[in-house]
Amino acid sequence: MIVIVDYGRGNLFSLSKALDRNGARHCISDQAALVRRADSLILPGVGAFGASMAALRARDLVAPLQGAVRAGTPLLGICLGMQILAVAGDEFGRHEGLGFIPGTVRRLPAPRADDAEAVRIPNVGWRRLESCRADALTREFGDAEMMYFTHSFGMAVEDVDNVVATVRVNGLDVPAIVRHGAICGCQFHPERSGEAGLALLARFVDRGDADLARPQTSSIGGN
Amino acid sequence: MSRTAAPIPVRIIARLDIKGANVIKGVHLEGLRVIGSPGEIARRYYKTGADEILYMDVVASLYGRNNILSVVEEAAREVFVPMTVGGGIRTVEDIVAALRSGADKVAVNTAAIARPEFLGEAATIFGSQCILLSVEAKRRAPDRWEALTDNGRETSGVDVLDWVVEAEQLGVGEILLTSVDMEGTRRGFDKELIAAVRERVQVPVIACGGAGQADDVVDLVAESDCDAVCCASIFHYDVAPIGAVKQALVAAGHGARL
Repeated sequence: MIVIVDYGRGNLFSLSKALDRNGARHCISDQAALVRRADSLILPGVGAFGASMAALRARDLVAPLQGAVRAGTPLLGICLGMQILAVAGDEFGRHEGLGFIPGTVRRLPAPRADDAEAVRIPNVGWRRLESCRADALTREFGDAEMMYFTHSFGMAVEDVDNVVATVRVNGLDVPAIVRHGAICGCQFHPERSGEAGLALLARFVDRGDADLARPQTSSIGGN
Repeated sequence: MSRTAAPIPVRIIARLDIKGANVIKGVHLEGLRVIGSPGEIARRYYKTGADEILYMDVVASLYGRNNILSVVEEAAREVFVPMTVGGGIRTVEDIVAALRSGADKVAVNTAAIARPEFLGEAATIFGSQCILLSVEAKRRAPDRWEALTDNGRETSGVDVLDWVVEAEQLGVGEILLTSVDMEGTRRGFDKELIAAVRERVQVPVIACGGAGQADDVVDLVAESDCDAVCCASIFHYDVAPIGAVKQALVAAGHGARL
């Protein structure tokens, strides 16, 4: 069973309908026991970094998530749910994240007048992915798949090998898809990114199985 | 970087004005005509490349029979691009109900003019990306527009250019800007209105009201730097399908998701 982690953040309903469309059995839950037992986990999220971590702690979900990840349960963080996979975030002060992916979360750069591709922040709309390396999630993607983004912050990832694809924002290549073992994140909303987004979700669900579910080692931090 | 610059895609949004169980369309938000079934139309627009779908309840009856939320809920099974609901959003509970039906964002007009703090409260709870200010602008002087309420039926005395600045400060994530003067006329956009609002705020501006052909959208994007364009008539009456509008944008050197 796929568990969509409900910690009061984000639109879980469109995500649920996207999984329905893929025929993926899932539930929406804030129960630690279900998180621990999940075959795979999806961590959605909107809003601010610190408030989201506080919401996870208030529901006693941090330890179950850490336990599941340590046991190799595949996890997909979406939008803010990806950002809180990092070690820390700088939105409204410094906040500790889940620490599943070495990196921090920073404000996106402001537009420059001389940049033909300048975007306003928040960066809202369909943006082109730039592939960095092959990954199960992006298998069969074309060269210029577009996904729906809405964000003001982005992840700075320590190990470039963890970056599957980026999105260009005001001259900076911001991680759009990250992976560290069985832990994945996407900065965009696959459930709102048309057929390409649905395909990515389907591949995460398909791969919620043994070949990626290997135990993680030292880099998984405890809080 | 040797990569060639690609223009940022302009979002093309299909607007469905909903009354009861039907998509309808008027002129200047009046004189309504039935277009068809919302589910079928939303599905068609999704499949033909709409970047988002906007559902606007013209009678603001969120919970009545055949209410707009059941319309959205049905569409959400088959539409996987962002969906916005407007018309009758008055409380935090209304927003929860809209999100539960499958919407991603809500557009607020009348309730925000009555009580501007509502925008800030809603943005704090749901995030700015969820809250759109919907402005129904009626031109009163060459460079002055009044914000109307209740789907263009009531005056408010509120100046549009002041209001959008205040709403941005309160935390709205986008501005849906409808020209009541041009809406449904197919005579082109009120480009002065859109450029004037665009200059005053940083958040994305969605231009709505007046497109009669694909070139109207191209002209608007060339002149106003708006982020998104919302159309109804040209899609409903198949004057310029979504794909044709996007092709015209790309042919003119602008960006679009094809």
